[in-house]
Amino acid sequence: MVEVDCLTKYYGGFAAIQDVTFSAARGQVLGFLGPNGAGKTTTMRILTGYMPASSGTARVAGHDVFEESREVRRRTGYLPETPPVYGDMTPRSYLDFVSRIKGVAKPDRPEAIERALSATQTHDVATQPIGTLSRGYKQRVAIAQALVHNPEVLILDEPTIGLDPKQIIEIRKLIRVLAEDRTVILSTHILPEVTQVCDKVVIIAEGRIVAEEDLATLGDTEELESFFLKVTAHDAAPREEASEGEEAAMDDTAEGAESLAEDTAEDAPGGEDPVGNAEEEATP
Amino acid sequence: MTNVWAIAYKELRSYFVSPVAYVILAGFLLLCGWFFWVYLTQFSRTVAMYAQFQQPQMVEQMNLNDMVMSPLLQNMVIIFLIMVPLITMRLFAEERANGTDELLLTSPIETIEIALGKFLGAGLFYVVMLACTLIYPGILLYFGDPEIGTIVTGYLGLLLVGLSFIALGLFTSTLTDNQIVAAVSAFVVLLLFFAIGWPSATVGPTAGAILGYLSLIEHFQPMTSGLVVSSDIIYFLSVIAFALFLSQRSLESLRWR
Repeated sequence: MVEVDCLTKYYGGFAAIQDVTFSAARGQVLGFLGPNGAGKTTTMRILTGYMPASSGTARVAGHDVFEESREVRRRTGYLPETPPVYGDMTPRSYLDFVSRIKGVAKPDRPEAIERALSATQTHDVATQPIGTLSRGYKQRVAIAQALVHNPEVLILDEPTIGLDPKQIIEIRKLIRVLAEDRTVILSTHILPEVTQVCDKVVIIAEGRIVAEEDLATLGDTEELESFFLKVTAHDAAPREEASEGEEAAMDDTAEGAESLAEDTAEDAPGGEDPVGNAEEEATP
Repeated sequence: MTNVWAIAYKELRSYFVSPVAYVILAGFLLLCGWFFWVYLTQFSRTVAMYAQFQQPQMVEQMNLNDMVMSPLLQNMVIIFLIMVPLITMRLFAEERANGTDELLLTSPIETIEIALGKFLGAGLFYVVMLACTLIYPGILLYFGDPEIGTIVTGYLGLLLVGLSFIALGLFTSTLTDNQIVAAVSAFVVLLLFFAIGWPSATVGPTAGAILGYLSLIEHFQPMTSGLVVSSDIIYFLSVIAFALFLSQRSLESLRWR
């Protein structure tokens, strides 16, 4: 459903991603894991047809993202990093607008809007201006936007950001349900989120893919953590001649991952944290 | 076309759910009403004066079109020159500032549809503004007898001028995510198009003809006195088409940044 081959994107002389290659099948949830600034958003923007890659190819739902961009965009639901909502619209009128530009046929629109509202549990605020809603509701309206045209592929950039623990559980459940007959790619920098919702993890650091693993082979969060630390450390080794700025970024990454590890260690005696919220609080 | 309408409807709606539309309409109509009253009282005073001095041939030469409608329409162009940048500044700058451009650019619609939808939305609001001013020729028609044809061509000219302003304003709004920057650059471009023909008498015959041709106002003025020339209409349509083309290119270039 999603095949990415050697994607590279330069912003001026800076390579945001280099030779990114991975694939995801129908029914899979792929977790795109990496520190902030690793290139997750850039990759997702290329996959959704927002911008073209400098080189490499990507096929989404059987169509090339560059050659047949419009076909890809028709079949893809995208949740950007910042909820792309209009503050003066109500969730209902907003979803009506989105379903129009996503090409939902007129007779199907009311049903599509109801489905998206109930999937994200935004019914009770459906007639309030989005600008007056809390961050969690805005985020859920934005998720509803990605679902409204019933896309084959869902690309979600940090879907649980800004949600409270209960909503996080619900959204993760929703993602599992949606993935039954779709492909879901979600980005995150929260390790437990990956073990809880994903079938597969792709780890990206400094614009390069450092690991692509099925989660069945990795097991629980702690194993993923040690794996994450191992692959990101391995990545740092050949880059020693990198400029100072890059090294600083690498240090941040390592520290972030270590603090994650400490958090889980603290949780361990008190039993398993069901959602991994402690980690989210700690994540910068 | 459904996509164009969806975006146009969204734009038009967002003018009217915020105070923007009402503030602009109220201010615009207040100014128009003021100008209308000024020209009308001047007209009736002049008529009364000539009548008093027993000069019926002078009274016969005066008419409502030349002394009230034509200057009113020309003043409305000045008001639009200042107000259109305020109408168009949010069209794309706001989308970029809110991150909603990402929604539009990842939807299965073409950038030309986005540009046309935005143009149509702001254009319809402009038509609403123009429609509200029809009360002034209405008053003239009820109490006097101005020439209807001249009023119609004047409004046609005003419509074309306004739509050209909006297309140019839309273009400057695609260039930035800052609404103030969009408004100021739109105002500069519009004022330049307004005044570009002024030195045409002093810069030599060729340059003068070119500058005169580029001037928006030189193509508009004949219409306020009832003269519709196809070259004037072609001029406005090409300004609109060119500005929409630039907007589309500018939106497309967002993908390459």
